[in-house]
Amino acid sequence: MDIFWIKAIIILVIFGLSLFVAMYSTWAERKVAGYMQDRPGPNRAGWGGLLQPLADAGKMFFKEDFIPAQANKWLFIAGPCLAMLTALLSSAVIPFGDTLRIDGQEIQVQGIEVNIGILWVFGIVSLGVYGVMVGGWASNNKFSLLGAIRAASQNISYELALGLSLIAVIMMTGSLSVRDIVNSQHGGGWNILFQPLGFVIFLTCAFAECNRTPFDLPECEAELIGGYHTEYSSMKLGFYLFAEYVNMFVSSCVVSALYFGGFNYPFMDKVAEALGNDATGHNIATAIGFFAFFAKALFFVFFFMWVRWTLPRFRYDQLMNLGWKSLIPLSILNIIVTGIGLMFNLRWFSWVAVGIIVAVVAIQAATKPKAARGILEAAPVR
Amino acid sequence: MQLTNRAKKIDKSEMTLAERMYLPAIAGGMAITLKHFFKKKPTINYPEQKRYLGPVFRGHHILKKDEAGRERCTACGLCAVACPAEAISMVAAERKAGEENLYREEKYAAVYEINMLRCIFCGFCEEACPKQAIYLRHDQFVPVFMSRDEVIYGKDRLVEDMSSRYLREGWK
Repeated sequence: MDIFWIKAIIILVIFGLSLFVAMYSTWAERKVAGYMQDRPGPNRAGWGGLLQPLADAGKMFFKEDFIPAQANKWLFIAGPCLAMLTALLSSAVIPFGDTLRIDGQEIQVQGIEVNIGILWVFGIVSLGVYGVMVGGWASNNKFSLLGAIRAASQNISYELALGLSLIAVIMMTGSLSVRDIVNSQHGGGWNILFQPLGFVIFLTCAFAECNRTPFDLPECEAELIGGYHTEYSSMKLGFYLFAEYVNMFVSSCVVSALYFGGFNYPFMDKVAEALGNDATGHNIATAIGFFAFFAKALFFVFFFMWVRWTLPRFRYDQLMNLGWKSLIPLSILNIIVTGIGLMFNLRWFSWVAVGIIVAVVAIQAATKPKAARGILEAAPVR
Repeated sequence: MQLTNRAKKIDKSEMTLAERMYLPAIAGGMAITLKHFFKKKPTINYPEQKRYLGPVFRGHHILKKDEAGRERCTACGLCAVACPAEAISMVAAERKAGEENLYREEKYAAVYEINMLRCIFCGFCEEACPKQAIYLRHDQFVPVFMSRDEVIYGKDRLVEDMSSRYLREGWK
């Protein structure tokens, strides 16, 4: 078979897979929400509610598709398309697995392998805000516009910290290719072990990038009615919501590739040895790696939901303070500490950054007397 | 001013750095939600699973028969009089010879109707009944109706079925 066709099939599979995962994320979201609130969640459509996404899609398609009279019609349609497009594009460079051996050719389980892989992801993700922005603008609704502006400013401020926290990883790997980053974590040396602070910053920023709770300020019922998608109905709204779930899956994949070893798993060399070095054995080993990657990514999808149903939404100024005053300085600190570590060839050195923070916290807690902690006042309970 | 003694001391002082990092609190909160994730759910899956409504629940009306299968109702009309919603109406008739196994007394209700749109399930009818003929079941709701001609419940829907008698003590 021609390598072109194999690649085309892989791209289609990745495409379908991210859509499938996003589809069932909507079900899982409601299920997780239910379980965390001591109720069973959707369980009417199909076994355990498994047909729920189909029912939702049916509802979305058959609802009235309404475009406000004063809206900019083409931009209004373009908004959700852009959101969906950018969400789907970014999965192209994620290495879902090692290589497949077909007809003596080694084919990477990845949409495209480019040496600027992570830059591709960032470029596309930063374009994602256009979907929100265009949608909010085209609605010709003040609240939608406010939501869109919030989304834009939030994405800009968090992308900085996202990029900076990633630089430490790139410094350690010496490559922008996601596959190289994954391969450098081969043999248990996952980046989470060397970049604890970077990971926390990256994860926080990923939440903000996906507009997920606690940073889901673009959509805020209390003050913005619905946020940027207030005027959207039917499948256009569906596309926006769906794009959020695709984004969530893609960022889970990126997190597991950058910090949790991607398709690497413990004892993978022994497994690969046992399976043999012929084409079948190699392909099976790749498949196991693929499932390892998938398990990690799905865990992070769960993690996204877990956080969503735990934390309340941040206030806008809190969000901005956290982004500009905490995460960006912290990620710069992380870069400096990692750089010092690399200079002396100490991979574990970035734990020093964590140590500094813990020490500062401990000193403050120790030096601040309890009595000085303000007046206690009585407030009615409930 | 304190109106109740249910008050809680609140610390409004500035947060320490550890608190401002949020992370310890977030981890604590996530531990709580995860604990709930694995908890047994108290949900009752209603149409499949029904809970015991209690012996005092007032539901679907029933016109009782006695042990021999004879209707107890004598069409005295006390239930209709007691009914605050005026939902009950009936037409009395005289028992003919040979109908002794159908009706217990000489007079019976030829027509007995309850308008379920009017009924407020107060239970006054069962309190008023001197013959212990009408009861409100404690184990059954009145089913949902979709059109107005379904709402007048006649004897066909009210008289007790002898093969499955309604016994208040027997239902647990």
